[in-house]
Amino acid sequence: MNRRMLFLLAGAMSAVFPTIAFAQSELTVYTAVEAVDLDRYKATFEKAHPDITINWVRDSTGVMTAKLLAEKDNPQADVVWGLAATSLLLLKTEGMLEGYAPKGVEALDKKFVDKDNPPSWVGMDAYVAALCYNTVEGEKLGLKAPTSWEDLTKPEYKGHIVMPNPASSGTGFLDVSGWVQMWGEEKAWSFMDKLHENISAYTHSGSKPCKMAGAGEAVIGVSFEFPGAKAKSAGAPIDIIFPSEGSGWEAEATAIIAGTANLEAAKTLVDWSVTKEANEMYNVGYAVVAYPGVAKAVEHLPSDIASKMIENDFEWAANNRATILKEWQKRYDAKSEPKS
Amino acid sequence: MTMTLALDFAPPGKRVRQESSRDDRIKLGFMAVIGLYLIIALGAPLAVMLSKSLSTYRFDLAAFEFQVSDETGANWGPVVTAEALNQQLGAITDEELDSSSDGRLAATKFFPDFSFRSPVQYRIRGTSADTAFLAGSTLEKGTEWREYDSGTFRRVVLRPASSLGLENFKTYFSTPALARSIYNSVLMAAISTVVTISIAFALAYGLTRSCMPLKGLFRGILTIPILVPSLLPGIALVYLFGNQGVFKDWLMGYSIYGPIGIVIGSVFFTLPHAFLIILTALSVADARHYEAAASLKASKWRTFTTVTVPGARYGLVSAAFVVFTLVITDFGLPKVIGGQYGMLAVDIYKQVIGQQNFEMGAVVSVILLVPAILAFAVDRRMQKRQVALLSARAVPYSPKPNARLDAICFAFACLVSLFILGMIAMCQIAALVKFWPYDLTLTTKNFAFDLMDGGGWAAYGNSIQLALLTALFGSLVVFAGAYMVEKADGFRLGRGIFHFLAMMPMAVPGMVLGLAYIFFFNNPANPLNAIYGTMTILVVSTVTHFYTVAHLTALTALKQMDPEFESVAASLKQPFHRLFFRVTVPVCLPAILNIAIYLFVNAMTTVSAVVFLYATDTKLASVAVLNMDDAGDIAPAAAMGMMIFYTNVAAKLIHALIARGLLARTQAWR
Repeated sequence: MNRRMLFLLAGAMSAVFPTIAFAQSELTVYTAVEAVDLDRYKATFEKAHPDITINWVRDSTGVMTAKLLAEKDNPQADVVWGLAATSLLLLKTEGMLEGYAPKGVEALDKKFVDKDNPPSWVGMDAYVAALCYNTVEGEKLGLKAPTSWEDLTKPEYKGHIVMPNPASSGTGFLDVSGWVQMWGEEKAWSFMDKLHENISAYTHSGSKPCKMAGAGEAVIGVSFEFPGAKAKSAGAPIDIIFPSEGSGWEAEATAIIAGTANLEAAKTLVDWSVTKEANEMYNVGYAVVAYPGVAKAVEHLPSDIASKMIENDFEWAANNRATILKEWQKRYDAKSEPKS
Repeated sequence: MTMTLALDFAPPGKRVRQESSRDDRIKLGFMAVIGLYLIIALGAPLAVMLSKSLSTYRFDLAAFEFQVSDETGANWGPVVTAEALNQQLGAITDEELDSSSDGRLAATKFFPDFSFRSPVQYRIRGTSADTAFLAGSTLEKGTEWREYDSGTFRRVVLRPASSLGLENFKTYFSTPALARSIYNSVLMAAISTVVTISIAFALAYGLTRSCMPLKGLFRGILTIPILVPSLLPGIALVYLFGNQGVFKDWLMGYSIYGPIGIVIGSVFFTLPHAFLIILTALSVADARHYEAAASLKASKWRTFTTVTVPGARYGLVSAAFVVFTLVITDFGLPKVIGGQYGMLAVDIYKQVIGQQNFEMGAVVSVILLVPAILAFAVDRRMQKRQVALLSARAVPYSPKPNARLDAICFAFACLVSLFILGMIAMCQIAALVKFWPYDLTLTTKNFAFDLMDGGGWAAYGNSIQLALLTALFGSLVVFAGAYMVEKADGFRLGRGIFHFLAMMPMAVPGMVLGLAYIFFFNNPANPLNAIYGTMTILVVSTVTHFYTVAHLTALTALKQMDPEFESVAASLKQPFHRLFFRVTVPVCLPAILNIAIYLFVNAMTTVSAVVFLYATDTKLASVAVLNMDDAGDIAPAAAMGMMIFYTNVAAKLIHALIARGLLARTQAWR
């Protein structure tokens, strides 16, 4: 084959390939969704849109948020699908998100949609603060299960409670910001002062306390409902308790990264992410989803979780995060050394 | 033996300058290439990271201008800066103006009579293009006026401007909990170092100076901890000594979560590192020294303190610094088992992962570099005094049987082996039971990784690929680099800088390295941007992350070669590459193979740096362990950890076979 032929061939190829490339686009999607769910999400979406392929990059919320912020000047992701709304708000304040109102967004519960128009993020589902209570260990120690946040300050629980450190875990922060929003600063801090006396450890991950309760390393884990249900399915002797005062919560949400080269495909994905079908898909693991009327009860969880959720002002939480964390660390970090 | 005899004729101690300038040029070129590698893979990313620690954020009130309307919303008052308003009001103290990258300051603070239901309109603009504020959560920048009703103005917050300065360090040291972490970290690292070095030295001594049985077996067992991901000892310690632990009572009421757990875990995972370095140092003994000691009627103790210890001094100091920095920079173990005990590396985790405060994370990283710089300084001093042990006239030492010593050494090695095997056995059990501690039925379901977090069996395949590539390229780069540092003539400054760079990775926490890589490589202006998100960047980061120990191993081996080899080669007018390939490489082959296997097993187990760098198709098994543990799948995490362990054991066995085959051919002189 001589050189001329090659050129001709190359020309012919380039005439053909753009259409193929257009027909089949790939999206790099960053996510913190549980890995068990990823294949299902991908398969369900790609069935609806066979022309788009999803390439996942998954890690915990904190790592994903740090990675996205670190890549700010040269974003690698096209879409974020399944990251805490608080993290997405942080990206939004850095100007990293592309505002887009997906088709059908009106149908979603308003508290799951960014307040701006067009919204920068749209919610999928919620995770709600909950207590994991180990019934076996509780019985051994002759304890009664707590029913409220206030109960946790009772002296008999001393040394038996673990909760996530709000300075290292988003879940920890949603607990603290939930208390402050629910009760106001003064009452919230005095509650935490008393709670601190009973805490045996502040963990660095939000699901860990529940895991520790499940394994009997602690009796009560302040965590959220998802790992609770999961641990229970795995055989952990725990009860999942939603405190009577109400619970802080966090939305998992979707957003388009500004400047993506695959804007059309990204929009298609976000459009699909708010459909009823997608929400039914989220409902397999999550009891509360953004599309009203879709949610069915999830195994091991009560059906009325949505009613436990407090009014959560994401913007307030984001704007006050630094102040709250500073105060928290001042109060509890310095003296959280082990007593031994 | 023939080789050493031939070399005896060279004038002792004197170095003959190499005549061949072509040789020098080749060496210079070599050094430049490897130096460049270290600068790109380490120096530049770290410099980017350091500049982060100096970038401070402060609200620049003079950069914001406001205009307020009257009740009708039509007539505007004068333009005032936030600074002028603050001077009148004193609403914000100077201290409160210092902020972080995520700092927010409500604009309403400057308007004490602000009411969000009033018809008053507000305008705000910046005085420069970079001035930023948020309306709600929307980022606004620039010098154009923006007008808001009072309801929206309530949601306007100012963002700080960035500049350079030392404020971050000031903030760090004035936060008691953070400064306390320094004390804790140094204390833990110091205790762990003393314990680990003592144990490692005793073991290495037993293996080289006694006739205890089963030496090969113990040598194998002692390297086990290096073969497992650092999360496994954490899991094992919780299962053994946690609140539901099998041996909980052994702790006499103390909790494993905290200093006790950190020290036990640290000793476990640093022991092989220290052991290998000290073993290398002790294994090249000159029997003539011992003969001399014996003929001078020196006591056992005196021989020990005047011959054995000084001979291994360089190895001991190296090992101590390796252990110290490993403990002080590790975040995996204190994160799992440290409880509330604040440590520097965990602070980085809190700052970077928990609060996305890269600047503060960078500050802690800079503080963590201090031990490395100290290590470098001490290392330099030691090096000046180090005498080549394997002089060309050395006679290999072989221990004579001594029933009491041999028994003690054997018993001690058994005890340490029991501890290591116990930990591994616990992990194996953890990988096989259904739900610890409540359902202890055995199952292999935990190995069905494709149903779990972390990338399944594909991740396992990726890890093996990464480990092979790292071992191959790493040992090439490291050994060539160490050779240039140790044996090249001239370029003193270049060699000094190179050696300094080679010592740094040890002290750089993986997390810091990983983030530095994002900042440096994921920059569209960087011509190397293309490697971001590929296997290449994982290989480069892993080689760099584990550079120091590999470098020290190569250096130790090279140091034990008499410089006379070079002098003789030069006087015989042999080009350096001939000496390098004919003498240096064969003599150092055990060390090179050790470097390769060291890099392999570490690439299999490493987490901290690569956790930021892997992409869709380069997920890794070690990261899967972390993710599964985080997700609460402890049993599958332990199972994947054990898969890594089996792989590393297999690699070790293959390594041993190759080594035996090669050594038979190249090391007959030993």
